[in-house]
Amino acid sequence: MIALILRRLAALIPVLLGISLLTFLLIQLAPGDYLSQMEMDPSVSRESLEAMRQEFGLDRPAWQQYAIYLKNIVVDRDFGFSFSRRQPVITILFESLGNTLILSLAAALLTWLLAIPLGVLAAVRQHSWVDRLASGAGMIGLAIPEVFLALLLMLMAYKTGWFPVNGMRGLDHDSLSWFGQLLDIGHHLVLPALVLATVPLASRMRQMRANLLDVLRADYVTTARAKGLTERRVILRHALPNALNPLITLFGYTIGGLLSGSFLVENVMGWPGLGRVAIEALNTRDLYLVMGSVLMASTVLILGNLVADILLVISDPRIRHGASDG
Amino acid sequence: MGKSPRTPPTSPGAIVWWRLSRNRPAYWALRVLGILYAVVFFAPILAPYGESSAERTRPYEPPVSWAWSGGPAIRAMERVGGVSRPSEALPHRLAFFVRGDRYDLMPGVTWDRHLFGFAAGGTDRVYLMGADQFGRDVFSRLLYGGRVSLSVGLIGVLISFVLGLWIGGWAGYRGGWTDALLMRGSEILMSIPALYLILALRTAFPASLPSQWTYLMIILILSLVSWTGLGRIVRGMVLSLKTRDYVVAAEALGVPAGRILMRHLLPNTLSFAVVAATIAIPGYILGEVALSFLGVGIQEPAASWGNMLQQASSVSTMEAAPWILWPGVAIFVTVLAFNILGDGLRDALDPRHLDG
Repeated sequence: MIALILRRLAALIPVLLGISLLTFLLIQLAPGDYLSQMEMDPSVSRESLEAMRQEFGLDRPAWQQYAIYLKNIVVDRDFGFSFSRRQPVITILFESLGNTLILSLAAALLTWLLAIPLGVLAAVRQHSWVDRLASGAGMIGLAIPEVFLALLLMLMAYKTGWFPVNGMRGLDHDSLSWFGQLLDIGHHLVLPALVLATVPLASRMRQMRANLLDVLRADYVTTARAKGLTERRVILRHALPNALNPLITLFGYTIGGLLSGSFLVENVMGWPGLGRVAIEALNTRDLYLVMGSVLMASTVLILGNLVADILLVISDPRIRHGASDG
Repeated sequence: MGKSPRTPPTSPGAIVWWRLSRNRPAYWALRVLGILYAVVFFAPILAPYGESSAERTRPYEPPVSWAWSGGPAIRAMERVGGVSRPSEALPHRLAFFVRGDRYDLMPGVTWDRHLFGFAAGGTDRVYLMGADQFGRDVFSRLLYGGRVSLSVGLIGVLISFVLGLWIGGWAGYRGGWTDALLMRGSEILMSIPALYLILALRTAFPASLPSQWTYLMIILILSLVSWTGLGRIVRGMVLSLKTRDYVVAAEALGVPAGRILMRHLLPNTLSFAVVAATIAIPGYILGEVALSFLGVGIQEPAASWGNMLQQASSVSTMEAAPWILWPGVAIFVTVLAFNILGDGLRDALDPRHLDG
């Protein structure tokens, strides 16, 4: 098990190296750099432009810039400096990643707390109105574009005043007690988390339903019923654990998916997360901030997948006793 | 259930079609999609106005109010204190096949007739779904925008379908370092969250491009991001197929590798790939919406469902003119239909469903 984790972590290095190289090449392919916009600005002199170019290292050949970038990461754990914000990239990233994780985890929580009971209910009462309602809502949830749902909820919030329209903190946030601040963020969190959770919630619910229906047809469930166990016990003790197994793996993958989904939600609903930083950095060609945010997002995605694989090993005895050595 | 009790057909393709047509939701989804594609195909005729035809004196005019005056008619709008409302004057009769903005019926042939509209000139307009900030007809733009959104899915899927089959097939068949290189490459692409990768790819292109180029660029980017899943599964299938006797026999006969791949290996992965492609189409449609919404996709004045929704990103605008949210409904209906069709196709191709 530990060997598996270590090996997977080691495999992370070439992948991250590839990602950084790919991102770097893409930005180099793009016409211009961070300073090109300033060249248009008459108030910035040529000398100061040259000075900045040297300071940022943008005057060097591309391969040297990349080599220096890698060297700084390995030697000093320095992920570079953001041109536009004049802050170390790592500081910006940790703050925004924190916000993204708050949003993603809230959405994940919402997904799992609702998807499993709803899926079970729909499967147990197959063809009932609960099942039809849940399946219909699931189809709608899968099809409604996140952007559209976000806009609709923002409009609802604007008209009713029940929730803040966008952002993460209210205007009076700093004057609140720590508990008030927590409530304030929680209040802002509701709508973005709801938007972000919609698609995974719908798809997990459908999977839960399908899995349980499959399991309920298995021989051991018939046996359990034949023994005279109550239906409740048959479902909760015999069927459910087996139906849950495939979903546990998906937990890790959901985190990766949420991260990509949050990119859009953050930008529509003004949540100050990694997605917002990334798009701002891309628009201003803020080289190292782009690199950092892409690397950060990818790392979280890969770690999510790793968690998924570990959960699978833990939850599925066939893998634990069979292929865990390989 | 059917009109005449028939025995199920026996050829694989016919079985799939037979099952699909007996699946009511999937059949309806197919019809809805057929109508949507037909409507956007004939967009220039069906739309009363051109894609970017603006009437700046009528920003955010509400949808028309209907009346009857010896035929379908529309009350003209009058502005009172900055608010548009239907006037009490005589309703304006709707005319059919009226002259309007010129358009290309097909390359080289222009026409100026529109299915419906007002015969006389003037600034009165038939705003079926209201107007946007420049007084452009939302209905017309919805039809034109649909051309982008609906075709991006089909063309994008086609490209990544070819890429996925070819790269996955080649990696699986060749093995060795070709396999290692291609699969590590696909792992890198899959390890970057999709939208980050899409946006990073977007920066490699100039910020502003002519609209046709933007369109091609979006398709290219979305296909480059999406072939990996299909590619890896095809690779796995080819890996297990290539040890079969008929492949070994073909090799012994000296059939070139490319031909073995095309003729003997890839056709066996096709039915899986078709389902995967259908399920993937909504991803492309939503990808275009995301790019255009974020302002780096289809650029004004050209319309796409994504950039039309972007106009709605301010809540006060949405409240005053909720009809600019129509593109969201259009995306929803399209994606829903594709999802239902995909589900139906998956069931139809699943050999475990023998009930037919």
